[in-house]
Amino acid sequence: MTHLETDVLVIGAGAAGMYAAMAAAGEGADVLLLDKSLIGRGGATIMAQMTVAVALGEQDEDDWRRHLDDTLKAGRGICNEELSAILCHDAPARIREMDGWKVGWARDPGNDRIACVKAPGHSAKRCVYVDFLDTGPAIAQTLRTRVGRTRGVTRLSGMSVRDLTSDGGRVVGAVAVNVEDGRVVTVAAKAVILAAGGLTKLFQRNSASTNMGGDAYALALRAGADLVDMEFPQFFPIGHLAPRLVGMDPIMWDPFRYKLGGRLLNGRMEEFMHTYGEVDDGTYNAPRDITSYAIVKENEAGRGSPAGGAYLSFTHVPEEELRAAFGPTIDLLLKNGIDLTRDAVEVAPIAHFHMGGVRVDGRLRASVPGLYAAGEAVGGANGANRLSGNALSEAMVFGERAGRTAAQDVAGTAQGWTEAAAAPALALLDQVRARAQATPEGAVAETTRTWRDLQALMWDKVGLMRTEDGLTEALGEIRAMSAALPDLTLARGARFNSVVEEWFELRGALQCAEAVTLSALNRRESRGAHQRLDYVQTDPSFERNQVVRLRDGRLESEWVALTRIDPARFEEEEAA
Amino acid sequence: MQGEEQQTVPVTVMRGLDRDDMQSQSFDVPFVPGMSVLDALIWIRGHADPSLAIRYSCINANACKECSVMVDGQVEYACTARLTPAGATVAPLENKTVIRDLVTDLAPSRERLDKLLASRR
Repeated sequence: MTHLETDVLVIGAGAAGMYAAMAAAGEGADVLLLDKSLIGRGGATIMAQMTVAVALGEQDEDDWRRHLDDTLKAGRGICNEELSAILCHDAPARIREMDGWKVGWARDPGNDRIACVKAPGHSAKRCVYVDFLDTGPAIAQTLRTRVGRTRGVTRLSGMSVRDLTSDGGRVVGAVAVNVEDGRVVTVAAKAVILAAGGLTKLFQRNSASTNMGGDAYALALRAGADLVDMEFPQFFPIGHLAPRLVGMDPIMWDPFRYKLGGRLLNGRMEEFMHTYGEVDDGTYNAPRDITSYAIVKENEAGRGSPAGGAYLSFTHVPEEELRAAFGPTIDLLLKNGIDLTRDAVEVAPIAHFHMGGVRVDGRLRASVPGLYAAGEAVGGANGANRLSGNALSEAMVFGERAGRTAAQDVAGTAQGWTEAAAAPALALLDQVRARAQATPEGAVAETTRTWRDLQALMWDKVGLMRTEDGLTEALGEIRAMSAALPDLTLARGARFNSVVEEWFELRGALQCAEAVTLSALNRRESRGAHQRLDYVQTDPSFERNQVVRLRDGRLESEWVALTRIDPARFEEEEAA
Repeated sequence: MQGEEQQTVPVTVMRGLDRDDMQSQSFDVPFVPGMSVLDALIWIRGHADPSLAIRYSCINANACKECSVMVDGQVEYACTARLTPAGATVAPLENKTVIRDLVTDLAPSRERLDKLLASRR
C-alpha cells in the first residue's frame, strides 16, 4: 500500500478539476490532481463541441446580469440564484484568462473581436467557441499545458477513487486504486474537491464519456454530504441518431443549428414545433426541455422518423455556406456517407448533462467540512433546465473558486488523517479483491450486463417521460440491483481489472440512480427536464429544491426553500 | 432485415499481461454497417467476455485519443477505425509496455504513480 499526503486533493481532471488545481496551487497549496482516465483527456470537457456562454459584450450589448436573467428563466424558477450569479459574474474573467492562454476563441473576420453566436434561450449573442467543433478539446489542451507548468500540482492519471475518508465529521482524504497495477493508494488531504462530472452514463442513450457514471455524487453521498436537484438530468433534444457515424460526438448538430439554422421535421417531413408552442421555421430558439418533449410526443403519435426520432435537414442550405461554416466536418460527414446537401439526418433526445449535484454554498463548500465541488458535480446553478453554453462556464468558474477557497480554508491547518478513518474502505477493497481472485475458471463476469440493465431501466422509467408507477417500479428494481451487487460474478487479476472497476462504478451508479428516482417520485409536477405524465402542470407549490442524503445506509429527502439573491447587492459584495 | 440471421464478423484480439506471451482470441461479433472497431470491442466486453481489457474514454468523439491500438497492423484509434465485413485483428500498440490485453502504458510518465514514487525515494 502507498500513502500520499497533500493539502488539496482534486478528484477529476477536466476543466473544473484542472482549474481548481491551478487556483489552489496559486494560493500556495500543495495539490494532488487525480483522474480515473488520463489527465485532461477523460471526462466531459474534451467532448464539448459547442459553445461557452459568457457576457463579454463584444457583439451585442450585454452584461452578466442579462446572462443571469436568461439562466434563471431557463432554470424554470428553481435555480440557486447565488450559484447562477457566480457563474455569470465570473465567466468573463475566466474566458478572457483562457484567451490570454491562447485557447483560440474564434474571431470575427477582419477584426479582433471574439465571435459570439446566439444559442437557444439567450437574449444576446453571447456564446464563444473554437472552430471547427473544437471548443472542448482546445480548452482541455490549454488547461493541460497550463496545469503541467503549475508549480505545486502533482498529476496522476489512471487513479480511481473508491471512497472519501472522514474523521469526526470532516473529510480527511481518500482511498484510491492505481488501475494499471491495482495498487491501493491512501491520500491524506486537508481539503478534497470533487470535480468528477455528472451521471449521464446512467441512461441508455447518452453523450457521456465512459467515466460519467456519477462518481462525484456517490462519493459525496457516502461521505454524508447533501445532494440537491437530483431529479433533473438534461436531455439534449437533437443528439445524433442515424445513420451510424464514427469519429463524431452525437451532440455535433448543435453548432450546426446555431450557425446554419437547419430545419427540424417529423417523420412526415413536416415542421412540428409550433404544435408545442414554439417556432422552428429554420431557427434554433426553442428551449431544450420543450424540444425533447416535442420529439417524444411526435413519436408517440406515430409521426417519428424511422429510427424513432426526428429529421434534421440542411438540404436548403447552399453547399458554399455549409463549407464556410464547417469545412473539415463536411468532409468527415461525406466519409460517413452523409451529404448534407441531399440527406437529412435523424436526431433524438440523448442524456447530456445533470443539473443536480453536490449542494454547496457560494464558496463551493459542501455540507461536510473539508469537502468542495466544482463543475458538473455541483448542483443548483442551472435549476430545472440548463441554458446552453453554461456547462463549460460553470466548469471554469466553479473550478477556480473551489480551488481558491479550499486552499485558503486549509492554509496553516494540520492533516486530520487517521488510519481508522480509512479502515472501512480498505476492508471493502480487500473483500472485493478476494472475491475477484476466487472467480471460477470460465465464469463470465456480470458487471457489464448489470450496467446495461441499469441503463435500460433508467432510460425507460426514469427518462424523458415519468409516471408514479414507472418510478416506483424503477426504485424497487434499483434497490434489488444494489442488493444483488455483493454476489455479482467478477474476474481475476490485479492489473487493469475492468470488471472490478465496473463493480465499484456500479456501486456508486446505483446510489445515484436511487437518488434520481426517489427525487423524481417526490416531485409531483412537471418542470423543465422533469416531465411527469401524471402531473403535467408546473405547480407553484414545488418552487423548492429537494435535498437527498444518506443516513444509516438509507437515502432520505428533504424540501428546502429556494436560494434567492439581490443582484445589485451580490455585485457590491463581489467588488468588496 | 427481420427474419434473416444477423451477419457476424470475426474479431481477433491479442490478450495477455506480457508482450512476449500474448494469446489471440477470436469472437464472432454481430455486424452493423458503419460500426467502429471500438463498437466491436465494447460488444465483446458486454456480451462475451467482460474481462477483456481496453482503454477508452470518449467512445465516439475522436477526442480523448485513449483508444490507440493496432488494427490489422496499423496504429489506429479504435473509435474511428471502421470494422469491415472481413473483420479485424486488434493488438496493443507496439512501442508501449503492455499492461493487460489491449491496454498499454499511454499516460505521460509525469502522470504515473510508479514514476512519482521513484522520484520521491
